[in-house]
Amino acid sequence: MLNIPLKDYLRETRIFNTRLGWAGIGVALLVLVLLVRIVWLQVIEHRHYATLSQANRVKPIPVPPARGLIFDRNGVVLAQNFPVYTLEIVPEQVKNMDALIAELRKLVRITEGDEKSFKKLVRERPRFESIPLRSHLNEDEAARIAVRLPLLQGVELRARLQRHYPLGGLAVHALGYVGRISEQDLERIDRAAYRGLQHIGKLGLEYAYEGLLVGRVGVERVETNAHGRSLRTLERVAPVAGRNLYLNIDARVQAVAEQALAGRRGALVAIEPATGAVLAFASTPTFDGNAFVNGIDPASYRALLDDPDKPLINRALHGQYAPGSTIKVFYGLADLEAGSAIDMNRNVYCTGTFSLPGSSHQFRDWKREGHGPVNRHEAIVQSCDVYFYRLALALGPDHMAEFLAPFGFGQETGIDLPEEKSGLLPSPAWKRKRGQPWYPGDTVVAGIGQGPILVTPLQLAVATATIANRGVRAKPMLVRAHEDPITKERVELAPRVAGRVPVRNERNWDALFADMMAVVHGERGTARAIGRNAPYHIAGKTGTAQVKAIAQGARYDEKNTPERFRDHALFIAFAPVESPQIAVAVVVENGGSGSAAAAPIARRVMDEVLLGGPAPARPPLAARAGAPVTGE
Amino acid sequence: MTVAPRLHLDKPLFYALLLLAALSLAILYSASAKNEAVTFAHFVRLALGFAVLIGVAQVRPELLERSAPWVFGIGVLLLLAVLGLGVISKGAQRWLGFGPLRFQPSELMKIGSPLMLAWYLARGGLPPSPLRVAGALGLVLLPAALIAEQPDLGTALLVAASGMFVLFLAGLSTRFMGIALLAAIAAAPVLWHYLHDYQRNRILTLLDPTADPLGSGYHTIQSIIALGSGGIYGKGWLNSTQAHLEYLPESSTDFIFAVFGEEFGLIGVLLAVALYGFITARAMLIAFYAQDTFSRLLAGSIALSFFLQFFVNIGMVIGILPVVGVPLPMMSYGGSSILTLLAGFGILMSIQTHRKIVEF
Repeated sequence: MLNIPLKDYLRETRIFNTRLGWAGIGVALLVLVLLVRIVWLQVIEHRHYATLSQANRVKPIPVPPARGLIFDRNGVVLAQNFPVYTLEIVPEQVKNMDALIAELRKLVRITEGDEKSFKKLVRERPRFESIPLRSHLNEDEAARIAVRLPLLQGVELRARLQRHYPLGGLAVHALGYVGRISEQDLERIDRAAYRGLQHIGKLGLEYAYEGLLVGRVGVERVETNAHGRSLRTLERVAPVAGRNLYLNIDARVQAVAEQALAGRRGALVAIEPATGAVLAFASTPTFDGNAFVNGIDPASYRALLDDPDKPLINRALHGQYAPGSTIKVFYGLADLEAGSAIDMNRNVYCTGTFSLPGSSHQFRDWKREGHGPVNRHEAIVQSCDVYFYRLALALGPDHMAEFLAPFGFGQETGIDLPEEKSGLLPSPAWKRKRGQPWYPGDTVVAGIGQGPILVTPLQLAVATATIANRGVRAKPMLVRAHEDPITKERVELAPRVAGRVPVRNERNWDALFADMMAVVHGERGTARAIGRNAPYHIAGKTGTAQVKAIAQGARYDEKNTPERFRDHALFIAFAPVESPQIAVAVVVENGGSGSAAAAPIARRVMDEVLLGGPAPARPPLAARAGAPVTGE
Repeated sequence: MTVAPRLHLDKPLFYALLLLAALSLAILYSASAKNEAVTFAHFVRLALGFAVLIGVAQVRPELLERSAPWVFGIGVLLLLAVLGLGVISKGAQRWLGFGPLRFQPSELMKIGSPLMLAWYLARGGLPPSPLRVAGALGLVLLPAALIAEQPDLGTALLVAASGMFVLFLAGLSTRFMGIALLAAIAAAPVLWHYLHDYQRNRILTLLDPTADPLGSGYHTIQSIIALGSGGIYGKGWLNSTQAHLEYLPESSTDFIFAVFGEEFGLIGVLLAVALYGFITARAMLIAFYAQDTFSRLLAGSIALSFFLQFFVNIGMVIGILPVVGVPLPMMSYGGSSILTLLAGFGILMSIQTHRKIVEF
């Protein structure tokens, strides 16, 4: 090829060499571009990419803590956790969700509802968190999923701890329940603190003590590949289990209370007067809190809502009732305290009716023919209305309201439950604020616990306990202690005084105790039926709260009144009178008379607390004293 | 060393290639997650490639020049055959099956195209006449179009580029190049229209990889993370988390340089770039010293094509060029690219060692 003319050869050489030179410059420039970019990535931005690489590689997996257990005062488990297999999906790792769910449907039953709530959670929960699709897989279903797990990308089979209330509906209105974390919950909680957790206390103690029960979420830093499969654990910060709660409630007493109330709409609260310890906190009908743990199905929920007996209502805490004649003991104390200061004829002659001067309106006594001559003691024992009409007028409405307030009426008791109702303690000032005048008739009916006054069963129990404790009102407490489940380090919650009832003469308490004891143990006491075979002394007071106004001249006829309009039956009591260990308040909605419907329930609960079971049929006081002590 | 001249080998180039081969085996072993079978297969390919190199180096440039039209013609026929009865591989027809052997005719064209262009342009003398330029463009575009039809845009562009390099080195008039550049810019929207969706996405991704981090931007993002996280000193050999945890796709093929950068850091990357730069420079020097126009044009084109492949691959790995299927010369696993590459270097050595006047 060298047979071309030299002139051309040199020219071609020059052309080529020039071009090669240009190419060399181009190559050098491009190499420079590469180097600049590489230095930028590897030196200047190195930190940033190192972080990204680490974030790629290491996935923090939240490790949920075990929720604190709840025990009764004797260590009976009321709320526990048990493992359930849950089928979970990490949505970010799934290419075709519908296809995957269809695939899973071939293995286990997945309802439309499961799918719907899953898809809702997918929208709500943080990214890269596994979302439960189906819970409570049985062993068979879990096994079927487990063998195919390597083929199902993004699917996880988890054994999670789930809340369980082994005694079903027992004390559900005190315990409350946990449920799935909802969007509203997410707004009020620290989301980071709940990563990996699916449940939160929704109601009752589960809600009130959430901070103690929930524990602290741990974290596992796991090396994962691009497909999300965990390869090894690099670091583990153990979760801190929630603290166990010990309640003042005695499960046996609670069960007795609920059994005694069974079939009725009502509430019972039993309190240890000296400490405020709540021994029983019952509202019937009850329901099973377990149904709410994983989201109750709409049909069951509707059934609960539509139930005419309204089982979801916490009557002990939220039920507000007229106290009826139970209020008389408190005015009785006011009477004692006032002594001769009030111009009242000590012996009122009860004719069965009472009228204000210059008025034809008749205020009736529950006993049509009247009680005849009664003093304070007899008026309380027989629950004479006319006496208290007169007493009310003598005390005056302002003084009455002022006197009741220290017992806790019209204010929250401060119990360790959320959203307590405060009842209503009316006064002329309260009525004026609503633009209505206070009539003398208002004072009259207030004397027997009717009119606008409202109390909750809890308030009534607290007020009764305050009497039993001679005027020292303890704050009612459901929880007595909490402990660390590992170290067993235990914190006792000290009883707290919520208020005091000032009295001029301490002996007035004794007089009031005697009045109330005669209600149960006196020959003419309204609750004598429950006092007959009692092996301990009970102080009590019956009450019957009118639900429907009865027209002038008409009579209340229980048998012919529809059940819903029958009177509410109330009873308050404490025992033993000599050293009170239990104060109890019972409300039975539309139960009729307090003596027949409410008092026996209180008696059964007192028996359980004081005797550890039903009392023998015969009065056993003497027999017990001589009996040999066995076993216990 | 007396063996090298007798074997018609250029010592600096040969040793640089051997070093690169050794490096490639080391990094492939890591990038393939210590897959010995893959590494061994690569070793076999390299061995075969060096055998081809030595074989080609013995062929006198004159013989190469005479065979140019034949190689090119056979190449075009094979490309047509691929389009007709190619084995479907990854959605594109690139392979021709001969029993157990599979062969990419497009790879042959990486040699065939510059060979043909160098032959064609050398015959007419430099600089080429406008008529010859037109003919040369036809020869460039024919195989490129056939390869693009497979579709294998990356290789098509490389083949076209290798032809264009010959034209450039032959002294294509700067005015013509300016007009062509303007025409290319004007034609860009039309070309855009004919691109496949995935190809468009790759180009768009380059502008903002984070726009679709799990889709078309994924490769680029993970590749940059791998490289960037390597830092100055790297994570050390066998310590690439991006590759071993499968975040980085194609880690042993197109994106092997990201693994290299992650494990050996800036220091390793600079050494690698220096090695590739040295090979390019040496190849260009061989072109400079070549004694006839055909040899010069061919050697220059092979040198620039080698560099272009390197540049396009690295540019893709560091996120300044779109993701096109261009393997890193020597390092990337698979395909017939190593054979053609080393065959190309064989040609360079032949040109270098068959010179009539030895000047150094």
